[in-house]
Formats: sequence, structure tokens, C-alpha cells
Amino acid sequence: MSVTITVNGMPRTIDVDPDKPLLWALREDMKLPGTKFGCGAGLCGACTVMMDGEAIRSCQTPVGSIEGKAVTTIEHVATTAIGRRVSEAWVALDVPQCGYCQAGQIMSATALLTQIPAPTPEQIDSAMSGNICRCATYLRIRAAIAKAAAA
Amino acid sequence: MSAAAHLDRRGFLTVSLLGGTVLAFDACVPLSAQGVGAGAPGVLNAFVRIAPDNAITIGAKNPEIGQGIRTMLPMLIAEELDADWAQVRIEQTLANDALYGPQVAGGSRATPVNWLPMRRVGAAARQMILTAAAAEWGVDVATLTTERGYVVAAASGRRAPYAAFAARAAGLPAPDLATVTLKAAKDFRIIGTAQPGVDTPAIVAGKPLFGIDTDLPDMVHAAIAISPVFGGTIKTLDDAAVRAMPGVVAVVRLNSGLAAAGGADDAVAVVADSWWTAAQARRKLAITWARPAAGGDHATASYERTAATLLDAAPRHDLYRSGDAAAALKDAHRVVTERYDYPFLAHATLEPQNCTARFADGKLELWAPSQAPAAGRKATAKALGIAPEAITIHMPRIGGGFGRRLMNDYMVQAALIAKAVPGRPVKLLYDRADDIRHDCYRPAGWHRLTAGLDANGAITAITDHFVSFGQDGEPAIAAEMSPFEFPAQLVPAVHYGATYMPTTMPTGWLRAPTSNAMAFTFQGFLDEVALAAGCDLPDLLRRTLGAPRTLPPPERGAAFDTGRARRVIDAVCTRASWTGGRARPGARTAGKGRGFGFYFSHAGYFAEVVDITVVDGAAIQVDKVWVAGDVGSQVINPLNAVHQVQGSVIDGIAQALAGQKIEVVAGAATQENFGDFPLLRIDGAPRAIDVTFVPSDAAPTGLGEPALPPVIPAIANAVFDATGRRLRSLPLRLA
Repeated sequence: MSVTITVNGMPRTIDVDPDKPLLWALREDMKLPGTKFGCGAGLCGACTVMMDGEAIRSCQTPVGSIEGKAVTTIEHVATTAIGRRVSEAWVALDVPQCGYCQAGQIMSATALLTQIPAPTPEQIDSAMSGNICRCATYLRIRAAIAKAAAA
Repeated sequence: MSAAAHLDRRGFLTVSLLGGTVLAFDACVPLSAQGVGAGAPGVLNAFVRIAPDNAITIGAKNPEIGQGIRTMLPMLIAEELDADWAQVRIEQTLANDALYGPQVAGGSRATPVNWLPMRRVGAAARQMILTAAAAEWGVDVATLTTERGYVVAAASGRRAPYAAFAARAAGLPAPDLATVTLKAAKDFRIIGTAQPGVDTPAIVAGKPLFGIDTDLPDMVHAAIAISPVFGGTIKTLDDAAVRAMPGVVAVVRLNSGLAAAGGADDAVAVVADSWWTAAQARRKLAITWARPAAGGDHATASYERTAATLLDAAPRHDLYRSGDAAAALKDAHRVVTERYDYPFLAHATLEPQNCTARFADGKLELWAPSQAPAAGRKATAKALGIAPEAITIHMPRIGGGFGRRLMNDYMVQAALIAKAVPGRPVKLLYDRADDIRHDCYRPAGWHRLTAGLDANGAITAITDHFVSFGQDGEPAIAAEMSPFEFPAQLVPAVHYGATYMPTTMPTGWLRAPTSNAMAFTFQGFLDEVALAAGCDLPDLLRRTLGAPRTLPPPERGAAFDTGRARRVIDAVCTRASWTGGRARPGARTAGKGRGFGFYFSHAGYFAEVVDITVVDGAAIQVDKVWVAGDVGSQVINPLNAVHQVQGSVIDGIAQALAGQKIEVVAGAATQENFGDFPLLRIDGAPRAIDVTFVPSDAAPTGLGEPALPPVIPAIANAVFDATGRRLRSLPLRLA
């Protein structure tokens, strides 16, 4: 079955099982591997993308359920004003260690600042608690969000 | 010319002009001559390429798991080469231990092993460029110097890029690496400066860097079903429905590595045109599993019962004896005896295990996220019955190691699957349940400790009965306890002994292996001993350490220096304004507690202070951590050094507080995702981690691990301070 969604500003029509999670449609069918597979259960946030301005877990989102929606992934997030500030803060503070979770972290951070331009430390922790960083870059994630918010 | 033929040399550099334009240095350094890692095999080939436009490319030879080695090792070369770091390009080498020497991300060894060899490569290359420049310009080499990739004649002000001397340098004899002059520390421009990770911009941009991102023409994907019971095998398999599914390419039986060689296989892989298809198809396999001959009934509960019984008896194996511990305990003014234990743990790297393999014409090519690719090559060659030289191994960036990828089970599995679909690259990817249920676990352990004190509060005797896993009197991997476990060498009468139970669970090294468990056990226990001695733990340690001196080294590992230990203990106490952990008026009612821990591992000395709050008498929140560490004379990349310490500390907090525990029922692990094997989340991280490095005269050592162990007992000790309750079992739980 064919599904049409807008990905990173471009309408994409893919011939795919509608039950296939958006994560795998992005990685396998659209060759956008920046979005990562971590748990397949919506528990780690590595697969986070933005859909119509909100952070969603792409591993829990059947691609057939978002027909006509607009999705932004890590590959494109820096073309948005908030995404660029977040990405720049991430580089400036050298946030990543292994780097595997960081796409999801950046997407969640961008969604947070889209909704709350100047979050409190508690709001940052609350919004980011769905994203696991196994290397524990959490102190820098907090600082980078604060920096991006102040930019 | 075979590199191996030069093992007897003191080290040499080869220089050549690639394609007539690019100046190439390849250095071979017998690592055993460096005074570290005695007996380390092979030679080192750390390449430097200088292009006609003066662009400098430096090879990064070790696996990158987030420890920052792709940045740090090239910094060492660039420093002595006097390159402009901002202009240096980094290129990952292949895995080839014959060319590059040890390429292991493990044991926090890369810093001590490479500190001198990498610098010598850069220094020798610079020296040859200077010699060539002196000849070209007809001046004495002593009148020339270098500046960020340029040769400079100080007197005349003449300058030219390194590349201008490529042809002449390529014709020069190379200097002896063992005698090449290195910079004095005061002249470092790159070493000791904060350098962000070389891949940070690409990570932030979502570029495909990781093993899981490997994408090759004609590639197919594999999902795997491994016997859930460790050691079980395939009894029956009906794959007719799966083979008929669109997109399925093959169904392959294989040995995951746990089945007996030559017997029945214990895993089934489904190969398909996408991983999603393969994972869906795998669910439709009708497999019945045969239980293993032994261990099919193993369970955490029975391990615990057996361990409790064994602890009551005498240890079956001696680890360390000094003096007469039994007599000393009889004569002691006070005796403290307690039991400590900790569970099996998974590694739970965020990037699940994966490997891409292509088998064609008797040769194998691997894209392997491995911390130990040389060991993987050996294991894979054996499993496929091919020569190790027939295997090419690429080293993609790795989404977390923590020791999991020192085991190469998934690499061998990918290779076996690839052999069944020759000519096509196959990417094997575990899902999260595969990853947690088929790990090589940090082994659980149980201890019965006893210490004797004299009337002055000095420790006169210590004993430990350690119960863990192994067979035939030998501990399982990562169940080894050092005979010198602190404070064995500092107490007059000591008896450490061990008893090992059989297990079918595969075990392996988890970041700061053995230390992550022993620190909790011994530093927690010593906090109790300090209380009995009427002092706090830092004071008990100072008293026990005595005068600054170096103790005899263990058979493997670094010698312990009491002075270095003392300095980090003092430094962290100063930094945290430690005034004695106990009896601060009003502290307990506010739920506030403060604890201390010290540990020496991986040649690094770390002392840590933790402030906690106990919320509603149940939840333990770490507020702030202070760390003082001594990893030698030079912190190479201070930015990444702080990152490694902070990450290690939070990793330790996770082991203490997140509720991590792998349990086994009927021979199979029961946990399967982050719901039942939780990792620490951002709201569990402390508000601040204060890091102080205490320099010493020792050569620099690694930072991937030694900051982790002390935080675990420091938290347990803080819980006692806050509540009066002593928690002697990991994970820590108040309610």
C-alpha cells in the first residue's frame, strides 16, 4: 500500500506495509538513518522525530497512521530556527559521547523549546526524561537546552 | 616488507610519496619497548598523510565507543608533528593488529599504551620535514622551527608549508623512534587543551556513522532467534510459512556461540530484504527448544539460597593470606562482620548489537562495532574455518560499549549468516529483548567480610569470603577478585577466599569490571568499620594508608601508591568541605545525607563525596557529587576527561539506584527492555558533578572507567548518614 507523508519539507510517497513503524520507514524506505532504533517500545527516545511541531516516538507510530502529516527528522532539524539554535548549542558544548541517542535528544529538545521557549530546569528534566542517554551526557543536555533557549 | 619482521627493532618510521604527491609516514613501534603493557604484541602503524595543499590526515586506530579516542590519539600525533589541529582530518583505520598493534577499547588501556608511541610518530615525522627543509634551503637544521604545519626560519622569517618538502623528506632515512626528541610538557599546544570530539558535528547532523547505519549495495537484513534458555538448542523448526513470506531471502540455523561445537544449533536467523520484514517473519517461526543437559533449572532465587549457604562455610579457594587472620580477630578490640551482595547486570548499550558481513570467494568483510576486533577476527575465522587473513574488518563508530562489545558473539553470528547467503552483505541486528536476554552479564557476587580493630581504631585483620560463579576452582569471566583487593596490602592479617558456583549465564566485563562491585562491597564495609573505630571513612583510610610509598605490584595491573591515594582523598574532602560524614545536627530530619568512597582501579585513584536527599523515606536522589582523581602527570583532553568522569559517575548512580538487576528463571533471563531493566534518566542525574584532577609524576593513564566505582559506596554511605539504615545489597532500596 502506498502512504504519502511530508518528510523534511518534501512530500514522500512510499509503497509500504501501513503497520511498519515510521522509524523503519525512515531508515529503510527513505534512507534517513539519522533516526535511531533503541528499544522498539517507546521507552528510550532514540527514535524521536517531530510531527507537526510535537516530539513523537517513531518506533511506536505506524506509518499508515500519519498519512498527510509533516515529519521533521534530525537530518533537517537545523533548517528550522529553533532546531538550529539547539544544534549549535549541542556542538558548542560538545554534548555527545558515543552519540547514538543524540538525534532523539535534539529532537525532544527542539520540541520542548518550540512549546516552551524558556523552560525552567524542572521543565527541562520533565520534557527530556523520555530520552535515555546511556553515556549519561545529562548535565550537558541541560546546559545546551538552557544555552539554546538564551540564544 | 613485512612489518612483523621488524619486531626486534627499536621502532622505525617508513616514509613514502603516495602517487608522487602525498607525503606518507607509517611508523612501526614495538609497544613492548615502551615500558607499558609488557609483552604487548605487534607493531604500530599510525599513519600521517600530508597532501600537496598541506592538508594533514591522521589515522585513528582504536574503536570509538564514546570514550573520545578518535580525538585523543590523533591529538598526540598532531602535538609532536606541530600540526594545526583545526586543519587536521581524522580517518578511521581498518582493524589490523599486525599493522597497528592493540586496537582495543577496554581496560582504560589506550592512554598508557599509546602515550609515547603516538607522540614519537609525530615527532619523527616533524624531524624529517625539518631535515628536508634545511637541505632545501641550505641552512643548518638548528636554525629552523615549526609552527602549525609550516617550517619557519626564525632569523630570515622565511616560511613554507610542510607539503613543500614532501619529495625531499620522502627520500630521507627515518630516525630511530626510540631516540626521537619529544616536546617538554610546557611546550604542549594541543595536549592539555580542551578539544571537542572530532565527530560531534556529524553526530548532531544525524550523519550515518554507526554500525547500524551500514548501508551497502544489495544488502539484506537478519533478525535472530536464540534459545531463550542459556545452552538450550533447537529441537524442531518449522520455517515453511516464513520462507513463503514476501521479502524473506533465507532461514539459517547457526550456533550463537553458546551451543556445544558439533552438536545441535541454538539459533535461527531470518534473512530478508528489510530488517522490519525479517523481525516480523522471525515471530512466525515455529521453534521448539531442547533444554540443556544442565542449567535448564537455574534461577536467581536458587543462586541466592546456595550463596547464603556457601557463605556460612569456609571458602574453598584461597585468594590471599597474610599473617594469622583468625588469631588477630580473636585478639581484636572490636570485630565488625557483615554481608554484601550485588546482582547480575546487563550492559544495555543504546545501539543494540549488530554487525554487517559479506562472504564471497572464501573471503569475509565485516563492518563490526567491536571493542576488540582482533579477538573477533580470531573467533570468526575459527567459526567459518577460514584464515584470519581472509577477513577484512571495518570499524564504524559504536553506540556505546561498556564492555559488551569486547565479546564478539554477534560478529561471529553475522559471519555465519553471511556464509549462508554468499555474495550479499547481511546486516544482523538484535532487538532490545535479544540484546538484554543474550548479553554477557556482570556476574552477581556475595561477600562475608570481617574486620578486627585494635584499641586505637586501627585495622588489625580483615577477611572476606567471596561467593560468585565459575567452575573447576576458576572464576567465570569478570568474577575474578584481585588478591590485593584494598586494603589487603595494608593490613597485618588478611584472609581472602572464594567459592564458585556453576552457572549457564554467559558473563563478561562491564565498565570497571570487578571494581564496580568490589568498591561497593569494601568501601561500604569500611564505612561500617570506621564507625566502629570512632572516625569517618576518609580518616580510617588515611590511618590505614600510612606513609607515602609504592606497594609491590600485583601479578597483573598497576602498583598502588599510598601517597597518591592520600592526595585524592584530601583533595575531595577539601573541595566538598567534608567535615566528617556523620552527626551533622538536623541533617537526618531533612532527609539529607553525605557519603564518601575511594577506589583505585585501571591505574587511576578516585575519591568521591556524594550529597543525597531521601524523599518521603523511600526515594534516594543524588544532589551533587565531588570527584578528585589522579590519572598521572597530564590530562590529555580536559574537556573529554570531565565528560568521562561525569558519565562514569552517573553510570555508577544508575547501578546503585535505577533498580538494575538481571534475574534468571528456568535457565533464561527474564528482563527484556528498559521497563524492567531501567537506565538512569535525566531527572535522576545530580544537579552538578564537580571534577578536580590531582596531577602526579606518573605517566598518564586512562579515564574510561576508574571514576565509576567509588560513587556506588559513597551513595550507600550517604544513605546511612541520612537514615541510619545500612544498605548492603545492590541495587539500593529503602522501601
